[in-house]
Amino acid sequence: MKPRLIVSRQIPPSVAARIRAEFDCPWPDGRDLTADETIAALAETKADALLLTSHLKFGADVIARVPAHVRIAATCSVGFEHIDVAAARARGLPVTNTPDVLTDCTADLTFLLILGACRRAHEYDAIMRAGWRRGFGLGEMLGMKVSGKRLGILGLGRIGQAVAARARGFGMQVLYCNPRRLPPEQEHGARYFADLRDMLPHCDILSLHARSGPDTFGIMDAEKFALLPRGAVFVNAARGNLVDEEALLAALTSGHLFAAGLDVFHNEPAFDLRFAALPNTFLLPHMGSATVETRTAMGMRALDNIAAVLAGRPPIDPLWR
Amino acid sequence: MTKPVLLVTRRLPPAIEARAARDYQARLNPEDTPRTGADILRLAQGADAILCCPAEKLDAATISALPASIKVLGTFSVGYDHIDISAARMRALPVVNTPDVLSVATAEIAMLLILAAARRAGEGERLLRAGQWSGWCPTQLIGANVSGRRLGIFGMGRIGRELARMAGAFGMIVHYHNRKRLPPELAGNAVWHESEDSFLAASEILSLNAPGGDGTRRWLNAERLAKLPAGAIVVNASRGTLVDDTALIAALKSGQVAFAGLDVYDGEPRLNPDYLTLENAVLLPHLGSATMQTRDAMGNLALDGIDAVLAGREPRNLVR
Repeated sequence: MKPRLIVSRQIPPSVAARIRAEFDCPWPDGRDLTADETIAALAETKADALLLTSHLKFGADVIARVPAHVRIAATCSVGFEHIDVAAARARGLPVTNTPDVLTDCTADLTFLLILGACRRAHEYDAIMRAGWRRGFGLGEMLGMKVSGKRLGILGLGRIGQAVAARARGFGMQVLYCNPRRLPPEQEHGARYFADLRDMLPHCDILSLHARSGPDTFGIMDAEKFALLPRGAVFVNAARGNLVDEEALLAALTSGHLFAAGLDVFHNEPAFDLRFAALPNTFLLPHMGSATVETRTAMGMRALDNIAAVLAGRPPIDPLWR
Repeated sequence: MTKPVLLVTRRLPPAIEARAARDYQARLNPEDTPRTGADILRLAQGADAILCCPAEKLDAATISALPASIKVLGTFSVGYDHIDISAARMRALPVVNTPDVLSVATAEIAMLLILAAARRAGEGERLLRAGQWSGWCPTQLIGANVSGRRLGIFGMGRIGRELARMAGAFGMIVHYHNRKRLPPELAGNAVWHESEDSFLAASEILSLNAPGGDGTRRWLNAERLAKLPAGAIVVNASRGTLVDDTALIAALKSGQVAFAGLDVYDGEPRLNPDYLTLENAVLLPHLGSATMQTRDAMGNLALDGIDAVLAGREPRNLVR
């Protein structure tokens, strides 16, 4: 008999095909379920496993209601802010995520944000969609060249390092701030700052790649934005709650920042529409991992974790050890 | 000694206009009014030099009718397909352009187009601006990875080589087609294709980086588009004349080309209006060299060339 699985969100077709082959699942293509619907479906089908995404707030109240026959919850994401890890641990429910597989994809998108913000992609696109029709003077609508600039990276983990590797293709000088200094062979010439305040004045472009948590909540506030040089560009493809959005809006409106490229926001999807009213923003709807290859790899990795636990093996990517 | 007279056809960055006004009796265009060939002939009377832009067509008739006082023609661009070079040669009129200084900025735009097209940035941007974002979903706006993909560069000149360097840092595998094979120190890891067919078949992402002109007119036509792998990505930051717009639009509609990123158009600033109806095309208004640093460098290089010719020296940026 195949193990029983509930999938609480739509998933890519090739992941659905594997679910059809290996699992007993009422909706192999996934279905957008609320927390209540998820709990009900798990109970009705006597499910062995749950595949979820950040769409489902998996808090202590929901975890308490997960039936005892559910032996693993696998989130199809690298982030797990939507999961109350302590509650899952107390309940003895293993939870896994999907690290590594979205590193390149997110680093590529970070560079899209850098190029799009510096080279004014939103304004240029708006000009085109309005039909263009008028040539520009040679001093008009100019952007900021990316190559040769100083790129500051907050959080030089896997994705931060992949961004740094891309930056070297543009002859950029990389600066970074991290809880720990990396061993020299992993720095590739990047300059380390223990204190973010010391790094900011040297950044032409700042990109966030820090983990979200109590110590990083709102870390980019008015004081930190003011420490960036005038005309700097700010990019965030990590988490919206790293940023004090009022302070960011003020820095963009005053002209202290030349532009910002944002893939994440405090409130998603109900993000602050004042960002959409600004010409000097380049905005994407949290698409860091949105490629066929990566979303498929994430789904497969989540299924690998589920298969391992259901076969009595340890999970590949447990959230705690 | 009176300063020589320089006709400038368009408004230039402030630092360049200041230099022109310092060194020349500069006939500037502060209103940035577009100039026709007839305007240029009228305004050039008694001038020693002209600094023009790609928007002005200097055909054989215009060049042969230029006043004899014109000793040098500068263009604020690396491309010179808007100038009839053989007519200039017949009249013994030196032409100077602005090579090198815009290669990096233009390659950045090509890389931006690759990423924006592959990752569906235009659609994502418009969704947010319209306030219609319904939330993160594993199947929404799914694009294509660029890391590990094959990038085919058509025209491995200075801009193509800069793009190859950037693409290498993204883990892309670079293939190229060029009139001639590059020496290893310039080619790096890029794979040369003598055959156009094998080049097209390898190009999961195709970037056009060849010069405009008759030799490349409508190079990317229906027949060549059909030789790309199904679902390919096409970007063009070189010249709009390289593309058969009708054929590319058809390929974008059929899915033979999944996404396109374009900075240049045949007949710009007018463009085939069908492009505007396509969600899978990312469109920019020919701003490949549009950074402050780059435009200043272009203006200075063009003026260096004009200065040199008028001083009887050989300019380093002479079009041959």
